[in-house]
This record gives sequence, structure tokens and C-alpha cells, in this order.
Amino acid sequence: MKCAKVFAQLEARERTSAQGGGNMARTLYQKLVESHTVARLDEQNVLLYADLHIMNEYTSPQAFAGLHEAGRPVAVPGQHLSVVDHIIPTHPVSFRIIQDPSSALQASNLAKNCSEHGIVLFDTNDALQGIEHVIAPELGMIRPGMVVLCGDSHTTTYGAFGALGFGIGTSEVEHVLATQTLVYRLARDMRIRVDGVLPPGSSAKDLIMYIIGCIGAQGARGYVVEFQGSAIGALSMEARMTLCNMAVEAGARGALIAPDDAAIRYVMEHAPEIAAQYKDAALADWSTLQSDSGAAFDVEHVFDANEVAPYVTWGTSPDQAVPVTGKVPVPASAQDPVVRAASEQALRYTGLQSGTNMEGIAVQRVFIGSCTNARIEDLRIVAGIVKGRKVAPSVRAMVVPGSGAVRRQAEQEGIARILMDSGFEWRQPGCSMCLAMNDDFLLPGERCASTTNRNFEGRQGRGGITHLMSPAMAAAAAITGYITDVRKLGENHV
Amino acid sequence: MSDTTGIADISDISDTSRIEGIAASLPTPNLDTDQIMPKQFLRGIDKTGLDQGLLYDLRHDADHRLRPDFVLNQPAYQGASIIVAGSNFGCGSSREHAVWGLQQFGIRAVIAPSFGEIFYSNAMNNRLLLVMLPETDVQRIIEDVSDPLASKVLIDVNSMTVRSRSVEAAFSLSARHRRMFLEGLDVIGATLSLQDEINAFQQQHWQRRPWLHDIAHATRARINASSPATPSGNR
Repeated sequence: MKCAKVFAQLEARERTSAQGGGNMARTLYQKLVESHTVARLDEQNVLLYADLHIMNEYTSPQAFAGLHEAGRPVAVPGQHLSVVDHIIPTHPVSFRIIQDPSSALQASNLAKNCSEHGIVLFDTNDALQGIEHVIAPELGMIRPGMVVLCGDSHTTTYGAFGALGFGIGTSEVEHVLATQTLVYRLARDMRIRVDGVLPPGSSAKDLIMYIIGCIGAQGARGYVVEFQGSAIGALSMEARMTLCNMAVEAGARGALIAPDDAAIRYVMEHAPEIAAQYKDAALADWSTLQSDSGAAFDVEHVFDANEVAPYVTWGTSPDQAVPVTGKVPVPASAQDPVVRAASEQALRYTGLQSGTNMEGIAVQRVFIGSCTNARIEDLRIVAGIVKGRKVAPSVRAMVVPGSGAVRRQAEQEGIARILMDSGFEWRQPGCSMCLAMNDDFLLPGERCASTTNRNFEGRQGRGGITHLMSPAMAAAAAITGYITDVRKLGENHV
Repeated sequence: MSDTTGIADISDISDTSRIEGIAASLPTPNLDTDQIMPKQFLRGIDKTGLDQGLLYDLRHDADHRLRPDFVLNQPAYQGASIIVAGSNFGCGSSREHAVWGLQQFGIRAVIAPSFGEIFYSNAMNNRLLLVMLPETDVQRIIEDVSDPLASKVLIDVNSMTVRSRSVEAAFSLSARHRRMFLEGLDVIGATLSLQDEINAFQQQHWQRRPWLHDIAHATRARINASSPATPSGNR
């Protein structure tokens, strides 16, 4: 895809090493690493302290098993949180029973492990159960300056709060359980600066899809990205979570936004005990959480938010995206033969012809949910668009709220009623059809307008085709039955 | 190839520093861990049986029959122990099942221009060797091994070199990863030897930032104080 003319890549000046003296200016990332470094292990690795470790039912069982086999205790149980989210069914019933025996065993095994080690668990029928990356912030557990780890790649979400979050594997989960630390390979610093104003109809989702489309699915591989600029400061906390959540789809090892008044207000509201007990100390600490002026980044990208439009993916990698007004690209126009082959393979899978307008591609399914876009603001936007309109008869549309708290709030605000009146299924919370580990999945050949984060082959169900987009765009597709520019959703679509 | 832990047993291989074997190519860039180990194989609480799930949708058609045209199903590439892949191999989901599945299938090394970051750590923690080479070298190795008569590749971790029919290339590995691969370092054990440092760090960290201490328990207590107890999950 062609990037906007304002796109620039500047190799930053030679970095001054921390030991090198002279320039002591540090990036936010460097500050977070330094404030959590227990020991320097070698040139590339530090022992990093984890303030919070979050576990789910499918990437933790083998870690607990390893711990038990070695006869090791959980070092600091009070710094761990568990939740059942990936395999949980989302049928709209008041008491959920996991019918799949293997999945039920994963849930009961997690409960057993948590009970044995004194770890907080939000279990299947807990009123506050939800997607891990939705409940941790809403329960006030994510605070500026933390290091947050989880056996899930979308842990980058917490950068929205100026917390360093990133996904780890199961061996590392075991390491964190046993030691409360991680052997951490240092990342490089990237700055992505976004000034300007997001145009009407465009959201943080469109912004991050635009950025990923420009820099590519490995454009930030090896880097922790700090987002800066007036367009970032203008985003709500939930929008910032969407932005940081998907940074991993550009390969980033972390995403950060320096905490500002909006971030502090959110944290103080959601964790009132901080304001009650530690307000001044916390504010003083958080005020240091920004990159120093003059701090050097290894790479810098600059974008203009005014260039963003509603984006839609056409392929099977999150960087295969175009504005909704665009067309399915012609692979032969790619210079790089590897890119060309990948594009051809993607089009074979998605069944699209080069040159087809994105707008007008029929969808059979609409999925609104996931740790990217299932928070209350997302659902408000969807409700605003579908109110008084009906889901197209050719479409099965689902809304899976991010948590029990989001679900209840949406019911209190009348959002659930609007969605159901329009013909959406109003489900119980969970990861659901983002990765289709439960019984929500696409059938072969079904095409889905999805607010999720990955359009990989088979991700939402074998042979299913995913078009990533914003909640507003998914809502518009639900109403018309095809990919639709939400800015032009006509009066006749009722 | 798999023992009870589900991890390929390396102890029966006389020389751990050399991997010599048939290499199969998977040149698609951004081959993600969802494809390497699809969701339906993630429902276990142990590591076993993941060889069945490896690259399932690529290896099998919709009726679960082996696709004869897929490289790992071709007679010439049976017993492959090396994969030569496109860039950003293993991107996406953090699922370590992708690494366990590769090993249970018999794969001991992957050669690619780049790897997904979490996959990279996962592989190193399991002694699955990842060899990063420039794109042009990887391309030439892919061309070499596409000829079944030249499918063998040799990786030597002592000399840090890769050889195929037409390529001899040097690669690098950090000292730590090299040791982890060669010696099977007990990473947790090594960290626990720093327990005094961890304790000292922790005390000082919490003293300075008391709002981070016992964060999960404190949050649960706050919730319990403000709302009635909620029903728990199914057992």
C-alpha cells in the first residue's frame, strides 16, 4: 500500500549509551526498564521485575505443571491475576457451563491451580469475568509505570497507561510464577509521532491499521514503540488501549503512551485506594514517566492523523489493508517478489479479485468484540449507528462485550436493547470469535466484518475470511450486508 | 520422537551442536503461530499430541486428508528436521504450543530472515534452534532444498555456520542463547540463585511505590467490599 506523503522515516542520531555519559536523556521505555531491573545479566538481557502477571486457562496449565514438577512455590501470589476467557462459551445464558470436556478441564485446572497458590481468579461465572485485557484496566489494576506480563501477545494494550506490557510464552509464565521476574532481552526504541486530527468516521482502530499498513507486519519488530503527538493525546483511554493493543500486529515488543491527565484520571477512578492512600507519591512518581526531551530513539516515524480514513483489510495479514474507498490491490504491482507471492496467496484465500472495490463486498457475519474493540465506548459507537436500523437479513451479527462489567453498563445505558432491537445477538463476555477457541467460529467460505486484531488464515474458523475494521465500520456492514463506508451510510439503510 | 513431556528428546543425539538433516521450505512471509498450531489443538493442559496439530490446515484438506502437494507430506521430505522459512516466522499469538508442536514433529531448527519476537524467546527456552540469515541466503537455501537431491542442510552451532548445496553462511547467536541451546540451561534455577537480589529489589520497589504491592489481592478485597460475592465457575 502507498503511504501518505507525510510519512517519514528518520534514522535517529547515534544513541548515547547509558554508560557513555554526556547525554543522560532517557526514553520512557528506558526508564521503565531501569526501574524494574533487578540485575543486569549480560549485554542484551536483564532480570526484569513483574508488577502484575495475568494468566488465562490455555497458556498457563503447563507452566503450573512445570512448577509442581520442580516442587517450586509461586513466589509472590498477590501479584498475579487469572481469568477464564479464551475458551469460554458466550451464549446469552445467565449461568455458563463449558460443554467441551477439554475446555472445561482447562477452566477447572486453572481454578485448582489458583486456589492452591492463593491467586486471584475471575472464574467462568464471576460477574466480573471478561477478556483479560479488558478486565485488568477496568478493575484498576493497570497503573502507570508498571511492568505487566501475560501469556498473550495483546498485553501491549497496557502501554495506554504508560505501563510496559508484553506477551510471554508458557516457559516464561513458569519463570514469572517461580521468581516474579523475567529474563528480558532489551528492545530498541521507536517513536511514532501522530499529529493532526482524526477525521470524522475514523477511530484509533483506523489509525493503527493505517500505521501497520504503512510500516508492515514486521515494521516494529524488535522495538518498543512510543506513540506521541497531539492526535495521540486527543484519544480517550479506551482508544489508546485499542492503539497499543494492535501495535503487536506490526511486530512491536511493546507500546507506550506517556501517562497524562486523562490516564491519571482513569486510574484514580478505577483504583480509588491510590487516591485515598498514596495520591501525592503516586502523582510524583507518574510525573517522571515521559521520554526526556532530547532522548534518542533508534527509529522515528511521523504520521498525520488527517490522512486516516476508515480502513479495511483485504488479505490475511493485518498490514494488508486499504481505505474502504480503495480497491483490492494487484499483486503484480508489488516490487518485491516475496510480497507479490504473499499477496497472491492472500487473495486465493480471501477469494477476492484484484481491482474489486472494497466497498460492496458482501459479508455473512459481523463480529463486534475482542480485547481490541469490546469496551463500552466501542459499543456506544455501534449503538449510535444501528439505532433504528435493522441488521441485513443475509447477515448474522454478534456483539460479545469485553467483560461482565461492560455488559451490565451497556444494559443500563440502553445499548443492549438497541443492539438486540436491530437484530444483533447480545452475548456473554469472552475472547470468542477473535480466535474461535470456543464454539463461536466462521464456517468455511463465510466472510466476516470483524472488530478483532488478526485476519490470519483460519483464525476465526477454518476457511473463514476476516476483514478487520473499526466498530463503526462493522456496524455499517451489519446494516447493509456488505463492506460499507460508514461515512456514507445512507438514510435508506433502515 | 516425543517423550512424556512432549518435548523432543535431544539427549539421544550424539552431538547437540550439529543439526544435519532434511530441510523443508515454507517460504510464505509472516507465517503466524495460528497457522503453525491451530486453535483446536490448544485445549490440553499438557504438551502432548501437538505433532498432530502442526501446520494442520496446510498439511490437511478440508476432509482431514493429507494434501499430497504440501512439502512436509512429500516422500522426499519425510523426516525433515529443519524448516527454511519466510520472514517474521512465528509472528502473532504467544502460544508456545507452536514450538512444542514443531519439536514433536521432529523439527530441530528453523532458518529464516527474521522471527516473531515472542516465538523467538519461546524457541530458545525449548532449545529449538532459530537461525537468522539474510533474506538472499535464505532464498538460495530454499532454492537448494527444493531439489530433493539437495535437501540436506547442516547447521553447526560450534562454528556458527549453515551449509546447503550452494550456501555457506555464518550466523550469530547471543552467548546466552548459544549456551541455552548447547547446555540446556535451567533458567529458573539460575534466576532463583539471585533470590536475595530479587527480595532486596522488591522491598525497595514496594517501599517507593506501595500502590503496586499485593495489587491483585488488594483489588479483590476492594471488589468484595463493594459488591456481594458472586457465583464461581463450573468445576
